[in-house]
Amino acid sequence: MAVPFNENPTEKKSTRDGFGRALVEIGEKDANVWALTADVSESSRTHWFAEKFPERFVQVGVAEQNLASTAAGIASCGKISFISAFGAFSPGRNFDQIRVSICYSNLPVIVHASHTGLTVGPDGASHQILEDIALMRSLPNMNVLVPSDFEQVKKATHALYEAKSPGFLRTSREKVPVFTTPETPFSLGGSNTFIEGEDAAIFACGPLVPYALEAAKELKGEGISCSVVDLYSVKPIDRKMIESMAKKTGTLVTVEEHQVHGGMGSAVAEVLCSFKTDATLRIHGMYDKFGESGPAKELLKKYKLDTAGIKGVVLEEVKKNKG
Amino acid sequence: MAFKKIEGITELKLVANTIRVDIVKMLSEAGSGHPAGSLGLADIFTALYFNIMNHDPQNPSWEERDRFVLSNGHVCPVLYASLANSGYFPKEELSTLRLLGSRLQGHPHRGALPGIENSSGPLGQGFPIAVGMALVAAREKKNWRVYCVVSDGEQQEGQIWEAAMLAAKFKLGNLTAIMDRNYIQIDGTTEDVNPLDPLGDKYRAFNWNVIEVDGHDIEAILAAYAQAKEITDKPTMIIAKTVPCKGIPFMEGLVEWHGKTPKEEETEKAYCALLEECKLIKEGK
Repeated sequence: MAVPFNENPTEKKSTRDGFGRALVEIGEKDANVWALTADVSESSRTHWFAEKFPERFVQVGVAEQNLASTAAGIASCGKISFISAFGAFSPGRNFDQIRVSICYSNLPVIVHASHTGLTVGPDGASHQILEDIALMRSLPNMNVLVPSDFEQVKKATHALYEAKSPGFLRTSREKVPVFTTPETPFSLGGSNTFIEGEDAAIFACGPLVPYALEAAKELKGEGISCSVVDLYSVKPIDRKMIESMAKKTGTLVTVEEHQVHGGMGSAVAEVLCSFKTDATLRIHGMYDKFGESGPAKELLKKYKLDTAGIKGVVLEEVKKNKG
Repeated sequence: MAFKKIEGITELKLVANTIRVDIVKMLSEAGSGHPAGSLGLADIFTALYFNIMNHDPQNPSWEERDRFVLSNGHVCPVLYASLANSGYFPKEELSTLRLLGSRLQGHPHRGALPGIENSSGPLGQGFPIAVGMALVAAREKKNWRVYCVVSDGEQQEGQIWEAAMLAAKFKLGNLTAIMDRNYIQIDGTTEDVNPLDPLGDKYRAFNWNVIEVDGHDIEAILAAYAQAKEITDKPTMIIAKTVPCKGIPFMEGLVEWHGKTPKEEETEKAYCALLEECKLIKEGK
């Protein structure tokens, strides 16, 4: 049964706000929660936590390697640390520190990467990290979540806190429609099937989920019925759902604001090749390219990650399979 | 019950001698590892584990313990020997260094062995971990202190200076780092590879309290730690001049022993040298 969602959301909120709000809730609940940032407290939304709990907030300055290792030191004293910075720099710049100081030691440090993906927009390619999911999901002990709207990010932040282990949370800069509610399910290793269809299944994550929903709606008008799954938990991943969608539709398409190498699509491919199936998989994202400056909307259009782009890719795949 | 500290200098010197014998044995059996820094740090580790630090080998997670962070993980034989000799685990286990299934990993793994506070190996990471710990202790007004051993070659990592800056920002007087200033690294001398001096001035410029000491003079090391405790509004960096492979004359000071282990004959020769040193210590020389 499909999970209900708001088909005509009126409110837009940025996912990083969801993180900032949840962080304050968690800080109120647990005095062992600390937050650190690298000169981006306001833009990564840790400033609300900083105002409320200055004694548990650490500003390290422009030093992302230090951000990760200092957080590990704090976590090793029985604390849970959240580190926030732009994804391009954390985990872009501190992979070794996340790998050894945090993951190898299995410490509860949650890496919050804000400003990820193409939708960073005008700042251009250097700031549009499109490789972070690949980096983070390759690490043992690490959970990787790419939630799709304000409400889901709040739940993701709580889920990573409750896991008390290394975690990675990907948020973005743009305001996106709030199409879920506080009641929408969310769990580590879970997924939400918002639309059920037979001809193809679209797996999307992060801010691309609303575009995938819209694409499915338009395709339905053209006689093609698609399932749409919000595959927010990239690691652990919902194997059962992938298996059942492969069986049901035979045509899988993943869409993400990430390189096609190593991201959510690759995670799906790893599951798909672990059982016998005739289903095909199209991994859609950035095809081994860097981004560029421009408004988020125009960039998604250019790289075929908006409604029309996703629709086109699904059509290609359906045609291929149905001959 | 906290570890009973050894006060006598002669006794401490004998402990350091035992640790050196253990290091030679471990590295010779393992067939790979890093003798130079491990042997060069034996006196410093002896001072820390047998006199300076409050810790309890029977209760490694004792909340009030001083924290020890090793930043240059490749010298872990000296850490493992210090932990075993102070009672964290049976000494026989030292022979398992670097073997499959051993708790004594080639570089330390937090959680694998009692007494290991941090995973290390990639240089530069232990130092900021120590800063994080000291910050918790300072903010929560704990009495425990944080001790960190860093190498000199490691000072070439940018992350070291990020951490040095942050420790000074928070005036972490509860943090004492000690640098193994042995002037060697894999590719040669530190001053040839990428010059580090004047290291004391660098740390003073970063608002640290700096003490320079002979890293083989246990009395001087103890005095340096005592002095560090007096400074409450600045972290302290003790720059300890050491001789790589100290205690084994035919290996001392040679860059080639950074990451090469002694063969059978060399091992025998090393034992003889350490036995000789042991006699001299007992004779008070």
